[in-house]
Amino acid sequence: MAYSEKVIDHYENPRNVGKLDDKSEKVGTGMVGAPACGDVMRLQIQVSDEGVIEDARFKTYGCGSAIASSSLATEWMKGKTLEEAADIKNTDIAEELALPPVKIHCSVLAEDAIKAAIDDYRTKHDESAA
Amino acid sequence: MSGIVVDLTKNFFELFQLPVEFQVNQALLSERYRELQKSVHPDRFAGEGERQQRIAVQYAAYVNEGLETLKSPLKRALYLLELAGHPVDLENNTVMDTVFLMEQMELREAVSEVREHQDPEAELDRLMAQVDQSVTDYQNDFAFLWQKGDEASLKQASAVVQKMQFMVKLSNELEQLESELLDD
Repeated sequence: MAYSEKVIDHYENPRNVGKLDDKSEKVGTGMVGAPACGDVMRLQIQVSDEGVIEDARFKTYGCGSAIASSSLATEWMKGKTLEEAADIKNTDIAEELALPPVKIHCSVLAEDAIKAAIDDYRTKHDESAA
Repeated sequence: MSGIVVDLTKNFFELFQLPVEFQVNQALLSERYRELQKSVHPDRFAGEGERQQRIAVQYAAYVNEGLETLKSPLKRALYLLELAGHPVDLENNTVMDTVFLMEQMELREAVSEVREHQDPEAELDRLMAQVDQSVTDYQNDFAFLWQKGDEASLKQASAVVQKMQFMVKLSNELEQLESELLDD
Protein backbone atom coordinates (compact mmCIF):
# COMPACT_ATOMS: atom_id res chain seq x y z
CA MET A 1 0.00 0.00 0.00
CA ALA A 2 1.27 3.44 -0.82
CA TYR A 3 1.65 5.82 2.10
CA SER A 4 1.15 9.53 1.64
CA GLU A 5 4.18 11.82 1.83
CA LYS A 6 3.06 13.17 5.18
CA VAL A 7 2.80 9.67 6.64
CA ILE A 8 6.27 8.83 5.39
CA ASP A 9 7.64 12.09 6.80
CA HIS A 10 6.21 11.37 10.27
CA TYR A 11 7.27 7.74 10.05
CA GLU A 12 10.85 8.58 9.14
CA ASN A 13 11.14 11.61 11.41
CA PRO A 14 8.69 10.95 14.22
CA ARG A 15 8.15 14.02 16.43
CA ASN A 16 8.19 13.75 20.18
CA VAL A 17 9.02 10.10 20.65
CA GLY A 18 9.74 9.29 24.25
CA LYS A 19 8.49 9.00 27.76
CA LEU A 20 7.47 11.47 30.44
CA ASP A 21 7.42 10.64 34.13
CA ASP A 22 3.98 9.12 34.55
CA LYS A 23 4.21 9.56 38.33
CA SER A 24 4.42 13.34 37.98
CA GLU A 25 1.36 15.38 38.92
CA LYS A 26 1.77 17.38 35.72
CA VAL A 27 1.70 14.34 33.44
CA GLY A 28 -1.26 12.49 31.98
CA THR A 29 -0.74 9.11 30.31
CA GLY A 30 -3.01 7.46 27.75
CA MET A 31 -2.54 3.86 26.72
CA VAL A 32 -4.61 2.34 23.94
CA GLY A 33 -4.45 -0.68 21.69
CA ALA A 34 -6.18 -1.69 18.46
CA PRO A 35 -7.11 -5.36 18.36
CA ALA A 36 -7.61 -5.26 14.58
CA CYS A 37 -3.90 -4.84 13.96
CA GLY A 38 -2.36 -5.40 17.39
CA ASP A 39 -0.98 -1.85 17.54
CA VAL A 40 -0.22 -0.33 20.92
CA MET A 41 0.14 3.37 21.60
CA ARG A 42 1.26 5.36 24.63
CA LEU A 43 0.63 9.09 24.54
CA GLN A 44 1.63 11.43 27.34
CA ILE A 45 1.05 15.11 28.03
CA GLN A 46 2.68 17.50 30.47
CA VAL A 47 0.32 20.25 31.55
CA SER A 48 1.20 23.65 33.02
CA ASP A 49 -0.59 25.16 36.02
CA GLU A 50 -2.57 27.28 33.54
CA GLY A 51 -3.91 24.12 31.90
CA VAL A 52 -1.80 24.39 28.76
CA ILE A 53 -0.05 21.36 27.28
CA GLU A 54 3.66 22.16 27.47
CA ASP A 55 5.00 18.88 26.21
CA ALA A 56 3.67 15.73 24.58
CA ARG A 57 5.40 12.42 23.94
CA PHE A 58 4.44 9.14 22.37
CA LYS A 59 5.63 5.62 21.79
CA THR A 60 3.78 3.49 19.26
CA TYR A 61 4.34 -0.06 18.20
CA GLY A 62 2.45 -0.46 14.98
CA CYS A 63 2.28 0.37 11.32
CA GLY A 64 3.42 3.59 9.63
CA SER A 65 -0.04 5.12 9.80
CA ALA A 66 -0.33 4.50 13.54
CA ILE A 67 3.09 6.03 14.17
CA ALA A 68 2.29 9.02 11.95
CA SER A 69 -1.12 9.52 13.61
CA SER A 70 0.38 9.62 17.09
CA SER A 71 3.32 11.77 15.98
CA LEU A 72 0.95 14.30 14.46
CA ALA A 73 -1.29 14.18 17.53
CA THR A 74 1.60 15.18 19.83
CA GLU A 75 2.54 17.99 17.46
CA TRP A 76 -0.99 19.36 17.44
CA MET A 77 -1.48 19.05 21.19
CA LYS A 78 1.53 21.12 22.21
CA GLY A 79 0.52 24.66 23.16
CA LYS A 80 -3.18 23.80 23.30
CA THR A 81 -5.34 23.89 26.41
CA LEU A 82 -6.84 20.59 27.54
CA GLU A 83 -10.22 21.67 26.18
CA GLU A 84 -8.77 22.49 22.78
CA ALA A 85 -6.80 19.26 22.65
CA ALA A 86 -9.90 17.26 23.54
CA ASP A 87 -11.48 18.67 20.38
CA ILE A 88 -8.95 17.02 18.05
CA LYS A 89 -10.89 14.56 15.93
CA ASN A 90 -9.68 11.41 14.27
CA THR A 91 -11.15 12.70 11.01
CA ASP A 92 -8.81 15.73 11.18
CA ILE A 93 -5.81 13.45 11.65
CA ALA A 94 -6.93 11.12 8.86
CA GLU A 95 -7.48 14.06 6.52
CA GLU A 96 -4.14 15.72 7.29
CA LEU A 97 -2.28 12.46 6.68
CA ALA A 98 -4.48 11.39 3.75
CA LEU A 99 -5.05 7.99 5.33
CA PRO A 100 -6.78 5.39 3.16
CA PRO A 101 -10.04 3.90 4.51
CA VAL A 102 -8.33 0.74 5.78
CA LYS A 103 -6.06 2.87 7.98
CA ILE A 104 -8.73 5.09 9.50
CA HIS A 105 -8.63 2.98 12.66
CA CYS A 106 -5.06 4.25 13.25
CA SER A 107 -6.39 7.79 13.58
CA VAL A 108 -9.19 6.51 15.83
CA LEU A 109 -6.50 5.00 18.01
CA ALA A 110 -4.70 8.35 18.20
CA GLU A 111 -7.89 10.20 19.14
CA ASP A 112 -8.63 7.65 21.84
CA ALA A 113 -5.06 8.02 23.14
CA ILE A 114 -5.48 11.81 23.36
CA LYS A 115 -8.73 11.38 25.31
CA ALA A 116 -7.17 8.75 27.57
CA ALA A 117 -4.20 11.01 28.38
CA ILE A 118 -6.47 13.96 29.17
CA ASP A 119 -8.73 11.73 31.30
CA ASP A 120 -5.72 10.41 33.19
CA TYR A 121 -4.50 13.93 33.91
CA ARG A 122 -7.95 15.06 35.06
CA THR A 123 -8.43 11.98 37.23
CA LYS A 124 -5.10 12.65 38.94
CA HIS A 125 -6.16 16.20 39.71
CA ASP A 126 -9.68 15.40 40.83
CA GLU A 127 -8.23 12.88 43.23
CA SER A 128 -5.60 15.24 44.58
CA ALA A 129 -8.22 17.97 45.00
CA ALA A 130 -10.54 15.67 46.93
CA MET B 1 -24.72 -31.28 -10.85
CA SER B 2 -26.28 -33.96 -8.71
CA GLY B 3 -28.20 -31.98 -6.10
CA ILE B 4 -26.80 -29.44 -3.69
CA VAL B 5 -23.52 -30.66 -2.23
CA VAL B 6 -22.77 -27.71 0.00
CA ASP B 7 -25.49 -25.86 1.83
CA LEU B 8 -24.25 -22.27 2.08
CA THR B 9 -26.82 -21.51 4.78
CA LYS B 10 -25.18 -23.97 7.12
CA ASN B 11 -22.63 -22.58 9.52
CA PHE B 12 -19.11 -23.99 9.39
CA PHE B 13 -19.65 -26.33 12.32
CA GLU B 14 -22.74 -27.80 10.69
CA LEU B 15 -20.96 -27.98 7.35
CA PHE B 16 -18.15 -30.03 8.87
CA GLN B 17 -20.59 -31.93 11.13
CA LEU B 18 -18.77 -30.89 14.26
CA PRO B 19 -20.25 -29.80 17.59
CA VAL B 20 -20.46 -26.03 18.08
CA GLU B 21 -17.65 -25.90 20.62
CA PHE B 22 -14.35 -24.14 21.07
CA GLN B 23 -12.42 -27.40 21.19
CA VAL B 24 -12.32 -28.88 17.70
CA ASN B 25 -11.08 -32.37 16.89
CA GLN B 26 -8.46 -31.46 14.31
CA ALA B 27 -8.14 -34.99 12.88
CA LEU B 28 -11.88 -35.12 12.30
CA LEU B 29 -11.79 -31.63 10.82
CA SER B 30 -9.14 -32.67 8.26
CA GLU B 31 -11.07 -35.80 7.41
CA ARG B 32 -14.35 -33.93 6.83
CA TYR B 33 -12.47 -31.32 4.84
CA ARG B 34 -11.12 -33.93 2.45
CA GLU B 35 -14.62 -35.37 1.95
CA LEU B 36 -16.15 -31.96 1.32
CA GLN B 37 -13.33 -30.87 -0.93
CA LYS B 38 -13.74 -33.97 -3.06
CA SER B 39 -17.47 -33.35 -3.49
CA VAL B 40 -17.01 -29.75 -4.64
CA HIS B 41 -13.86 -30.04 -6.70
CA PRO B 42 -14.43 -28.07 -9.93
CA ASP B 43 -12.99 -30.97 -11.98
CA ARG B 44 -16.06 -32.99 -11.05
CA PHE B 45 -18.22 -30.50 -12.89
CA ALA B 46 -16.04 -30.20 -15.95
CA GLY B 47 -18.78 -31.34 -18.32
CA GLU B 48 -21.64 -29.48 -16.67
CA GLY B 49 -21.49 -26.00 -18.07
CA GLU B 50 -20.20 -22.69 -16.90
CA ARG B 51 -22.88 -21.98 -14.33
CA GLN B 52 -22.39 -25.24 -12.47
CA GLN B 53 -18.67 -24.70 -12.51
CA ARG B 54 -19.08 -21.29 -11.01
CA ILE B 55 -21.26 -22.72 -8.28
CA ALA B 56 -18.67 -25.40 -7.61
CA VAL B 57 -15.98 -22.74 -7.18
CA GLN B 58 -18.23 -20.88 -4.78
CA TYR B 59 -18.80 -24.06 -2.76
CA ALA B 60 -15.10 -24.79 -2.68
CA ALA B 61 -14.40 -21.27 -1.42
CA TYR B 62 -16.96 -21.70 1.37
CA VAL B 63 -15.43 -25.01 2.40
CA ASN B 64 -11.94 -23.49 2.45
CA GLU B 65 -13.10 -20.55 4.49
CA GLY B 66 -14.69 -23.01 6.90
CA LEU B 67 -11.44 -24.92 7.27
CA GLU B 68 -9.45 -21.73 7.89
CA THR B 69 -11.94 -20.60 10.49
CA LEU B 70 -12.22 -23.86 12.39
CA LYS B 71 -8.50 -24.58 12.28
CA SER B 72 -7.32 -21.37 13.92
CA PRO B 73 -8.25 -20.96 17.61
CA LEU B 74 -8.45 -17.19 17.19
CA LYS B 75 -10.70 -17.27 14.12
CA ARG B 76 -12.79 -20.00 15.73
CA ALA B 77 -13.30 -17.91 18.85
CA LEU B 78 -14.32 -14.88 16.77
CA TYR B 79 -16.67 -17.03 14.73
CA LEU B 80 -18.31 -18.57 17.80
CA LEU B 81 -19.01 -15.13 19.25
CA GLU B 82 -20.46 -14.04 15.91
CA LEU B 83 -22.77 -17.08 15.88
CA ALA B 84 -23.82 -16.33 19.44
CA GLY B 85 -24.84 -12.81 18.41
CA HIS B 86 -21.86 -11.18 20.13
CA PRO B 87 -19.63 -10.19 17.20
CA VAL B 88 -16.35 -8.62 18.28
CA ASP B 89 -15.91 -5.21 16.73
CA LEU B 90 -12.19 -5.19 16.01
CA GLU B 91 -12.21 -2.06 13.89
CA ASN B 92 -13.61 0.55 16.22
CA ASN B 93 -12.86 -0.96 19.56
CA THR B 94 -9.77 0.27 21.31
CA VAL B 95 -8.61 -1.67 24.33
CA MET B 96 -8.11 0.37 27.45
CA ASP B 97 -7.04 -2.31 29.93
CA THR B 98 -3.95 -0.46 31.13
CA VAL B 99 -2.24 -3.40 32.80
CA PHE B 100 -2.58 -5.47 29.65
CA LEU B 101 -1.36 -2.64 27.44
CA MET B 102 1.66 -1.99 29.64
CA GLU B 103 2.57 -5.64 29.35
CA GLN B 104 2.16 -5.36 25.56
CA MET B 105 4.41 -2.30 25.48
CA GLU B 106 7.11 -4.11 27.45
CA LEU B 107 6.88 -7.16 25.22
CA ARG B 108 7.07 -5.03 22.07
CA GLU B 109 10.04 -3.17 23.49
CA ALA B 110 11.78 -6.47 24.25
CA VAL B 111 11.01 -7.76 20.74
CA SER B 112 12.46 -4.63 19.15
CA GLU B 113 15.66 -5.09 21.17
CA VAL B 114 16.21 -8.79 20.44
CA ARG B 115 18.86 -8.09 17.82
CA GLU B 116 20.93 -6.03 20.28
CA HIS B 117 20.63 -8.65 23.01
CA GLN B 118 23.86 -10.43 23.97
CA ASP B 119 22.23 -13.78 23.19
CA PRO B 120 19.50 -13.02 20.62
CA GLU B 121 18.45 -16.64 20.16
CA ALA B 122 17.95 -17.29 23.85
CA GLU B 123 16.06 -14.02 24.22
CA LEU B 124 13.88 -14.90 21.25
CA ASP B 125 13.13 -18.32 22.73
CA ARG B 126 12.22 -16.74 26.04
CA LEU B 127 9.83 -14.27 24.38
CA MET B 128 8.27 -16.95 22.20
CA ALA B 129 7.66 -19.17 25.22
CA GLN B 130 6.09 -16.27 27.09
CA VAL B 131 3.82 -15.28 24.20
CA ASP B 132 2.81 -18.89 23.48
CA GLN B 133 1.95 -19.36 27.14
CA SER B 134 -0.25 -16.26 27.04
CA VAL B 135 -2.04 -17.48 23.93
CA THR B 136 -2.68 -20.83 25.61
CA ASP B 137 -3.93 -19.11 28.77
CA TYR B 138 -6.32 -16.93 26.78
CA GLN B 139 -7.58 -19.97 24.89
CA ASN B 140 -8.31 -21.73 28.18
CA ASP B 141 -10.03 -18.61 29.53
CA PHE B 142 -12.11 -18.39 26.39
CA ALA B 143 -13.09 -22.08 26.50
CA PHE B 144 -14.20 -21.69 30.12
CA LEU B 145 -16.25 -18.55 29.47
CA TRP B 146 -17.79 -19.97 26.30
CA GLN B 147 -18.86 -23.07 28.22
CA LYS B 148 -20.58 -20.90 30.83
CA GLY B 149 -22.35 -19.15 27.99
CA ASP B 150 -24.32 -16.49 29.89
CA GLU B 151 -24.39 -12.89 28.68
CA ALA B 152 -21.79 -11.62 31.14
CA SER B 153 -19.43 -14.48 30.33
CA LEU B 154 -19.74 -13.90 26.58
CA LYS B 155 -18.88 -10.25 27.10
CA GLN B 156 -15.79 -11.29 29.01
CA ALA B 157 -15.01 -13.84 26.31
CA SER B 158 -15.07 -11.03 23.79
CA ALA B 159 -12.44 -9.11 25.78
CA VAL B 160 -10.34 -12.27 26.00
CA VAL B 161 -10.45 -12.70 22.21
CA GLN B 162 -9.24 -9.15 21.72
CA LYS B 163 -6.23 -9.82 23.93
CA MET B 164 -5.63 -13.11 22.15
CA GLN B 165 -5.51 -11.13 18.92
CA PHE B 166 -2.64 -8.98 20.21
CA MET B 167 -0.68 -12.03 21.34
CA VAL B 168 -1.22 -13.94 18.10
CA LYS B 169 0.00 -10.92 16.17
CA LEU B 170 3.07 -10.74 18.41
CA SER B 171 3.67 -14.44 17.95
CA ASN B 172 3.63 -13.97 14.16
CA GLU B 173 6.12 -11.14 14.48
CA LEU B 174 8.41 -13.30 16.58
CA GLU B 175 8.29 -16.05 13.97
CA GLN B 176 9.15 -13.50 11.32
CA LEU B 177 12.05 -12.28 13.44
CA GLU B 178 13.24 -15.82 13.97
CA SER B 179 13.49 -16.49 10.24
CA GLU B 180 15.28 -13.15 9.78
CA LEU B 181 17.80 -14.06 12.49
CA LEU B 182 18.39 -17.43 10.89
CA ASP B 183 19.06 -15.73 7.55
CA ASP B 184 21.64 -13.34 8.99
